[in-house]
Amino acid sequence: MKITPNEYNEMTKKASPGTKSYKTIPMAFLIGGLICMAGEGLLNLYQYMGMSKDAAGAVTSITLIFVAALLTGLDLYNTIAKYAGAGTLVPITGFSNGVVSPALEFKSEGYVLGLGAKLFVIAGPVIVYGISASIIYGIILYLFKLY
Amino acid sequence: MEIFKEYMWAFVVGGLFCAVGQVLIDYTKLTPARILVAFVIAGVILGGIGVYEPLVELAGGGATVPLTGFGYLLAKGVKEAVAEKGLLGAITGGFTAASAGLGAAVFFGLIIALIFKQKDKV
Repeated sequence: MKITPNEYNEMTKKASPGTKSYKTIPMAFLIGGLICMAGEGLLNLYQYMGMSKDAAGAVTSITLIFVAALLTGLDLYNTIAKYAGAGTLVPITGFSNGVVSPALEFKSEGYVLGLGAKLFVIAGPVIVYGISASIIYGIILYLFKLY
Repeated sequence: MEIFKEYMWAFVVGGLFCAVGQVLIDYTKLTPARILVAFVIAGVILGGIGVYEPLVELAGGGATVPLTGFGYLLAKGVKEAVAEKGLLGAITGGFTAASAGLGAAVFFGLIIALIFKQKDKV
């Protein structure tokens, strides 16, 4: 069967259940907002314990990454993500989930090229483009003496 | 009252970032990986032109927890490193600033993937 891209689009539109944005967007807002509020709570807690602002920020990230990795291992993160959509994708916890999920999935293909390599399936592009963007920014700062 | 405001801003700003992500999922064909990449690059640019810093002041975790905050952290790290080391800082600043998050993600990712088993997909 030959189909044009347009026909294909029509077919996928019919086949996939309509996304109910009046539900998905508020859910993403709610869950994502709650995760960020938890982050704010951790930031305050660590600063209260005597850490500097920068250290508290770093430890907050580490904590959120650990919790999300653990929840992914327990298969709970993906369950929440079904309802939260971008609410669990956009926070740093989603990055952690993107590291653990493929690592777990491809463990059966070996510890080096399975787990070790696939751990970077999502983290890799984020690092490549994020770091490169920051280096370009740094070069611009240096050339125009903006620092 | 101050503390209530602080958490409210964290919730609202963080929630809005996620709502933008959801709009991208619902109305474009961007995959989750592309959305994460877009958010990080957006964070570097917004951090670079100086509009993200006030947002961090206002919303705290609401601005630093979303992946745009990771991009902002990269830009901030590069700026400090360039001021300190010149051009070398452009290369080292990003990884230095991101080291806590990346180290944690890689290490916990490995440990968790070693301990747990993939659940059967239904």
